[in-house]
Amino acid sequence: MGAVTTIQTAYNLISPLIPNYVISLVVRDMTILELAPTIMSLVFAGKVGSNIAGELGTMRITEQIDALEVMGINSTSYLVLPKIIASLITYPMLVTLAAFLSIYGGYLAGTLTGEITGTEYIYGIRYDFVAFNIAFALIKSFVFAFLVASISAYKGYFTSGGALEVGVASTSAVTNSCIAILLADYLLAQLLL
Amino acid sequence: MIEVRNISKSFDGKQILHNISSTFKKGRTNLIIGASGTGKSVLLKSIVGLVQPDSGSILYDGRDFTSGSKDLKTDVRREIGMLFQGGALFDSMNVEQNIIFPLNVLTKMPKDEKLDRVNICLAKVGLENVNKKMPSEISGGMKKRVGIARAIVNNSQYLFCDEPNSGLDPQTSIKIDNLIKEITHELNITTVVVTHDMNSVMEIGEYVMFMYEGHKLWEGNNENIFDCQVKELEDFIFANNLMRAVRRQKDQQ
Repeated sequence: MGAVTTIQTAYNLISPLIPNYVISLVVRDMTILELAPTIMSLVFAGKVGSNIAGELGTMRITEQIDALEVMGINSTSYLVLPKIIASLITYPMLVTLAAFLSIYGGYLAGTLTGEITGTEYIYGIRYDFVAFNIAFALIKSFVFAFLVASISAYKGYFTSGGALEVGVASTSAVTNSCIAILLADYLLAQLLL
Repeated sequence: MIEVRNISKSFDGKQILHNISSTFKKGRTNLIIGASGTGKSVLLKSIVGLVQPDSGSILYDGRDFTSGSKDLKTDVRREIGMLFQGGALFDSMNVEQNIIFPLNVLTKMPKDEKLDRVNICLAKVGLENVNKKMPSEISGGMKKRVGIARAIVNNSQYLFCDEPNSGLDPQTSIKIDNLIKEITHELNITTVVVTHDMNSVMEIGEYVMFMYEGHKLWEGNNENIFDCQVKELEDFIFANNLMRAVRRQKDQQ
């Protein structure tokens, strides 16, 4: 994403009045504010959300959840809570890694194609840096992680029927998570920026 | 002993259970029989608390399970072991982890003791050297046996089996039936089995309750079931060629 943003920004910056370091400045802000937390969360919903819904749905239709209930175990807190906590812990790490790789990818694309020098790129990503953007990205990542894990767990946990319904629950978990992410993305931007 | 008193249950306006009452005594195998869709599994799920009945009560050795406190329900549930139709083994755990699971979450037993219990239970159900196998690596009959081992590992006082013979060959079915009967007598527990298999009725039916369209129509045992005067039960029993042959033989004698 960082590489594509670098190339496309360079392609659009045709005025000689605009310095080259603006390319990396754009890459930095786009990555931190939007690309890393939001695009990654859509991928996260596709991978982890469908996995959670599929796993819980299968457990439901094969009576594994009933088996837990019969043993006197609260199946919701035993199965769902750890998934939400794990998502809240790991997703911000994933976003941090994604942001780093995106910005580094932009550096490689920009320097290897000659669109920007390494020095200009480093100058750009440090220029006028707003630390709150990092906090904003992390807040978004916590919210998105919670949405994906809880929506997917809900869809999986309340699956009824057979194998077909597990597939439906899995698909529904991904689509609902994506819609919720995009809505939350707008709301958070409106509230916090 | 489990007492079921006037249990009724409806789903979406359709009544599934009509005022069912019965007593399942300790130390004998209690069977609930009937055709598919007659409410057997709903009754079983109501008894174990997976379904909340609309009215009536269920008493576990005098403890009211339906209207009791949350703590009482948890206490009762810890004395329940259940074998589900498909085994309901946890896919992500191997056989040993599946059986040890109730001990891990419900007791503070030392690990060695827990492993001993697992091996004792596996030996009791006739399985050896399967501890590290995953559920996907064992047969349907073995899954049922592991399910029974998991159900009894916590010294359960009540054992429930939902269609323990479904999907099994006749020889394995008989083994599972005998295993359930042996465990019931040996551990002196209350066992309730839901089945529509007449072979199971003849093998282990020390108490048999027949359900038809959500009603209890008959109760007795495997010795007097052929003398029943209930048409629906006769139709159910003699739908099977083998049972018709048994009837003919009995009539000739």
